[in-house]
Amino acid sequence: MHEMSLAEGVLQLIEDAARDQGFTAVRTVWVEIGQLSGVEPEAMAFCFDAVSRGTLLEGARLEVVHVAGSGHCYECGRDTELQAVYDACTHCGAVPVHITGGTEMRVKELEVD
Amino acid sequence: MCTTCGCGHGETRIEGDALHGHDHVHVHADGTVHSHGHDHAHGEPHDHGSHEHDHGHGVAGQHEHPHVHADGSTHSHAHVHQGAHAHDHAPGSFKPVEGHGHLHYGHGPAHTHAPGMSQGRMVQIEQDILAKNNAYAKQNRERLAERGIFALNLVSSPGSGKTTLLVKTIEALKGKATVAVIEGDQQTSQDAERIRATGAPAIQINTGKGCHLDAHMVGHALEKLPLADESLLMIENVGNLVCPAAFDLGEASKVVILSVTEGEDKPIKYPDMFRAARLMLLNKCDLLPHLTFSVDKAIEFARRVNPDIEVIRTSSTSGEGFDAWLAWIEEGAALARSRRAVSVDVLKRRIAELEQQLSTK
Repeated sequence: MHEMSLAEGVLQLIEDAARDQGFTAVRTVWVEIGQLSGVEPEAMAFCFDAVSRGTLLEGARLEVVHVAGSGHCYECGRDTELQAVYDACTHCGAVPVHITGGTEMRVKELEVD
Repeated sequence: MCTTCGCGHGETRIEGDALHGHDHVHVHADGTVHSHGHDHAHGEPHDHGSHEHDHGHGVAGQHEHPHVHADGSTHSHAHVHQGAHAHDHAPGSFKPVEGHGHLHYGHGPAHTHAPGMSQGRMVQIEQDILAKNNAYAKQNRERLAERGIFALNLVSSPGSGKTTLLVKTIEALKGKATVAVIEGDQQTSQDAERIRATGAPAIQINTGKGCHLDAHMVGHALEKLPLADESLLMIENVGNLVCPAAFDLGEASKVVILSVTEGEDKPIKYPDMFRAARLMLLNKCDLLPHLTFSVDKAIEFARRVNPDIEVIRTSSTSGEGFDAWLAWIEEGAALARSRRAVSVDVLKRRIAELEQQLSTK
């Protein structure tokens, strides 16, 4: 979904950080993408390359840190893995499961010059 | 361009005016310099001399302050400005806020110290990619709350009957509530014209290549739209069941419209949108006798992704469900009005307290 807008969001965050912290080039960008965030890492990488052209991100490496989907079952009270937001509890098969992790889309860290 | 939806930016227009962005550099009293960008519609008056505009400040109003410690090590804190830009940069008065970032020198990419080796420095960002949008959304939400305006973000795929439903809703509310509308489409102002024909004020945002409205566009539209206190604001998003789910506009709730001429499995095909919405309107219900659409299945799928979602069956043609839909709107509007009344009461009490303090001095 909307990876182009998100890649532009990443660029904006980093351009602002560059102004405040005085770096001019970025070597590596670590981005945390949750399994349930609706963001397709491959599409994100494609768009990242497209928006980075002619900016301080040009040539930077994008490292996607995957975060697994996780939830807490209302029914059996156990924690469960989730591949999709509507998945059933892997222990007891109940739906819905309260989502506890995997929705993040964050810029974590940069290696800069 | 985006391989998924082809969205991009740079072609946003509000009623034909392009949004232009540029950067400002500010020097603070203590000599620190920082800059931030802001956008404004072409031809719109804006003040470059004063620092008290509300265009959002850097990344969610965030900037960094470097500090040198007694041992000579340097680190910096990020902090976030909300609302007015009154803050003190005097040495010693700075208090870092939660979520501050640290800037470490001498750390290699693997966080190991490797003397003599060339290395870039690591900068921790730890920010949500949507932070900028969310900061604008928060501003919009506060502006609306101060005035007791109940705002809804209407989302659906193209052709679900959103605009027709909105026109019927405005007509049904005539004499009971004041409604203003923000219309989002990639091109044309046809929808805004349809709304204006009802007598309600409407403003059209054309997103150009963009596939969704964002909070920044809506903030600008709010400045141009004549909004009454304690009224209703309907934001009709771009017809798209994917991208608008992620972009908070500052609304009280998202309302997703699913027409019965679509598949009943849309909620699990596009789970993010149905998860983000508080209410689902099952629209065009007058057509049900001609279709194989299962209402029960559609509701079951929607509740699988969002157990709390409320559902109302509607038809703009027969008027089915409009009583329930209008009652749902009135409930939200009443809450927005009562919250405003509470905050006004709190302010009045505070003024009375301050006046008393002044009179005793």
